Amino acid sequence: MKKKLSFLERAAAVPHMVWVVMFIVAPLLFVAYFAFTDVGGGFTFSNIQLLSSYSHIFLVSICFSLVATFFCLLIGYPLAFFMSRAKPSTQKLLTVLLMLPMWISLLIRTYSLMTLLDNGGLVNSLLGKLGFDPIAMVGTGGAVILGMIYDFLPYMVLPIYTSMQKLDNRYLEAAADLGCTPLQTMLRVVLPLTVPGIISGVTMVFVPSISTFYISQKLGGGNFDLIGDTIERQFKYPSTYHVGAAISLVMMILILISVAVMNRFSDEKGEMIV
Amino acid sequence: MNNTLIKLRSIEKSFDGERVLCGIDLDIHDKEFVTLLGPSGCGKTTTLRIIGGFENADTGDVFFDGERINELPAHQRQVNTVFQRYALFPHLNVYDNVAFGLRVQKLKEDEIQVRVREMLEMTGLRGFEARRPATLSGGQQQRVAIARALINRPRVLLLDEPLGALDLKLRKDMQNELKRIQRETGITFIYVTHDQEEALSMSDTVVVMANGRIQQIGTPTDIYNEPVNAFVADFIGESNIIDGVMPEDNKARFAGHTFDCVDGGFAKNEAVDIVIRPEDVDVVPVEKGMLSGVVSGVTFKGDYYEIIVDVKGFKWMIETSDYVAPDEKIGLYIEPDAIHVMKKSEYSGKFGDYSTFSDEMDHLSDPDAEVSENEEEAILS
Repeated sequence: MKKKLSFLERAAAVPHMVWVVMFIVAPLLFVAYFAFTDVGGGFTFSNIQLLSSYSHIFLVSICFSLVATFFCLLIGYPLAFFMSRAKPSTQKLLTVLLMLPMWISLLIRTYSLMTLLDNGGLVNSLLGKLGFDPIAMVGTGGAVILGMIYDFLPYMVLPIYTSMQKLDNRYLEAAADLGCTPLQTMLRVVLPLTVPGIISGVTMVFVPSISTFYISQKLGGGNFDLIGDTIERQFKYPSTYHVGAAISLVMMILILISVAVMNRFSDEKGEMIV
Repeated sequence: MNNTLIKLRSIEKSFDGERVLCGIDLDIHDKEFVTLLGPSGCGKTTTLRIIGGFENADTGDVFFDGERINELPAHQRQVNTVFQRYALFPHLNVYDNVAFGLRVQKLKEDEIQVRVREMLEMTGLRGFEARRPATLSGGQQQRVAIARALINRPRVLLLDEPLGALDLKLRKDMQNELKRIQRETGITFIYVTHDQEEALSMSDTVVVMANGRIQQIGTPTDIYNEPVNAFVADFIGESNIIDGVMPEDNKARFAGHTFDCVDGGFAKNEAVDIVIRPEDVDVVPVEKGMLSGVVSGVTFKGDYYEIIVDVKGFKWMIETSDYVAPDEKIGLYIEPDAIHVMKKSEYSGKFGDYSTFSDEMDHLSDPDAEVSENEEEAILS
């Protein structure tokens, strides 16, 4: 009986395993294969060596993602705190409002943001009515970062909100009882106790920001070449597959390292929180 | 002991339209050990939270040292709290938990160190500095909570069922320890509990609460010996509460017999509640008894027997050191000063009859038999 059940359990995992192998493991192996081969199929390091010429693109991408992540945290953290302390009905409403954009395709969201910021867009026509000169926003770094914040903010708020919800109100009362002003309570108690939420929020915003290509193409007006754009371009032509694969591989390794570092950090903190 | 430190005046409070406090007036004196005692839902914790600044009264005033502090936020009040289930900061070790209040006050680290040491010494926590709260036993966490509150040298310490999660033996030890700490520090303690024994053994003043009202304020002896109504008589210790009348001063008529007593001041033939404690009834041979009845139950309690005696249909609880057999007919003798007469109240007739009594029932009907989190976990696992 027990054996049969465990067979069933194993059988239940088969579709997913097939899926993982076909669409995750195999493509990853392909990426690695292409990264270390030339057009003729021979083993080579030249693709990796070529990457040094892309270093500034890596740097710019990392900077953009860091700035976007920072602003998401800056906006998302207080919002998550407010949500977690609101009435249950308000909490539900705010959660729905926050999730609503996530049900709309990222492409559509980005495109509509572009039409808002365009020279003839809503923002500029409003400015024009108020007697200001139009501001060219599309094509600036600010617009790209705004796009990243707009698209990825929910991924920052939700994990932090979850960890805030778990935060017992008694800790806040105890802090106030011991003389903490609301700001001190925030810094001394709430912040350290919600580190796991912050870590997971930061990861969930930083990783998609660094690999995005659509946002920078549309809102950056082609002025900014981020890693995602570069990879996309390489894969448009079979001859540059190999360089594209090498960039992808390095980026994946970078992301893995940063996630591992953050997880380590969160593990230590997590242990403290138990 | 004389000057009033905290004054509550006509405090009312409702949650979601439900009144939990209906006009609380209370004076708490300096250096006093005051206990708010009552079943759960009586409003004792809410009263404490209003003093601590965690709740605002809907109406009424809170005075601290003569000043009205209704709007003063919790962090500016000169009171500290030992929370129910402690609320120790899980991300800080014992030392940092205790030092928390002083760090908020931005004291110098070397002074903090001296005071934390002193406080850990007093609460018997030396050697636990680096431990996380989660690795401590309930009793140790309790001590950390007390140390964390007391280190700020508050004028008043609020304790919300602080011993509720501890086992009986530890609870007794902590009772003595709390009493010692209170004497040594001279800090006013306001202590919330549903455990009447705890209240009686620790307090200078007991405030008995029920249904959002204060029923009686007095010393433990007063509360026990002179309960004002059937609720207090029943809640504090065991009581036989019998309908009676007062034909004249120093005479009480109940259970078909007129007794001498030491109470007076009632109208002629006023209906009253009579309270007689189980230990104040002597078991005597039938012919020497003022009342007689048939033993319907005997429970061995270690140093005494608890017997239930049926006297004309009313079941009395009696504590006696002599064994009596079930179904035996016995006489009861009651000294005049053991008869306590109370005015009729809304609680008359609700308490004090042991006809449906059993230890098990008593436990089941105890609204405060709250299972603590730890126990819950133990049961689940």
